[in-house]
Amino acid sequence: MKIPFEKLDKAFENRLRLQIMSVLVVNDRYDFNSLKELLETTDGNLASHLKGLEKEGYIVVHKAFLGRKPNTTYESTEKGKKAFKDHLDALEQLIKQQKTT
Amino acid sequence: MNNKVLYVEEKEIQNELASIRNLMERSSKFISLSGLSGILAGIYALAGAALAYNIIYNHIPVADSESTNNDLSATGLLSGHSFSMLELKLMAIAFVVLVLSIITGIVFSLRKAKRKGQPIWGKTSRSMLFYMATPLFTGGLLILIFIYRGHYSIIAPASLIFYGLSLVGASNFTFNEIKYLGLCDVLLGLVTACVPGYGLLFWAIGFGVLHIVYGSVMYFKYDR
Repeated sequence: MKIPFEKLDKAFENRLRLQIMSVLVVNDRYDFNSLKELLETTDGNLASHLKGLEKEGYIVVHKAFLGRKPNTTYESTEKGKKAFKDHLDALEQLIKQQKTT
Repeated sequence: MNNKVLYVEEKEIQNELASIRNLMERSSKFISLSGLSGILAGIYALAGAALAYNIIYNHIPVADSESTNNDLSATGLLSGHSFSMLELKLMAIAFVVLVLSIITGIVFSLRKAKRKGQPIWGKTSRSMLFYMATPLFTGGLLILIFIYRGHYSIIAPASLIFYGLSLVGASNFTFNEIKYLGLCDVLLGLVTACVPGYGLLFWAIGFGVLHIVYGSVMYFKYDR
């Protein structure tokens, strides 16, 4: 039986990216510091993966200021939501196929 | 050998899916609410209601040492310009019950959040507080305005209804069960408005009994 590995999204190969996406699909917007706290990761790591997702067009960045402090929030795009769902479906399919073989 | 590789792969995928589900839940829901604090809040409310009942029904006999002139306190009660000893006592009880419940809620949530290693003050708890505070403050102010104008019968139904609404609003950000507690309180508040004179009884059911039932359900479902 053919396993649909090719259906898995390359952009979500990294675990942290998938985690970021899963937070952004259930929340309208999420800010950088809350994401960092939730995912227990470092500034640099989180920033580079956010940039990667932004390049794919899966998320958009909103830069704003709270008083004098910069407050950057992230939002998932329709494209990103669809990619996330397709990726999860593919993962599910993988499990199902293995159970039947 | 191929089989083994696939097996490892499957475990990994399942872990991945579990962690995703967990993140989606944790990032959008405030799950540090404790069932025990619900039970305790219910007990405070029942104790407060019992105390209030005692004060009211011991107050009615004419031999009253507190206020020297009963007629005066009666007119004060109707016009709403001055508060009698009885009203002050009842307000003090309500205030103590409220403060105790809030403190208990905060302490138990902090404890649960710490035990589960979750941040308590995040984006979710902030939104939850905002959606709770809006109906609560509206209701609180409305009740105070009506008290000032001498409409005492609104206290029990309005406090139940607005508290219920604030819980329904908060339920978007925390356990779904809290929505049913809120709806029950709203219904009970509407019933209370239909049967004047039983305010204290319904108040005790809504804030006391319902909280204890809800707290126990939550405790057995999530806390253990």
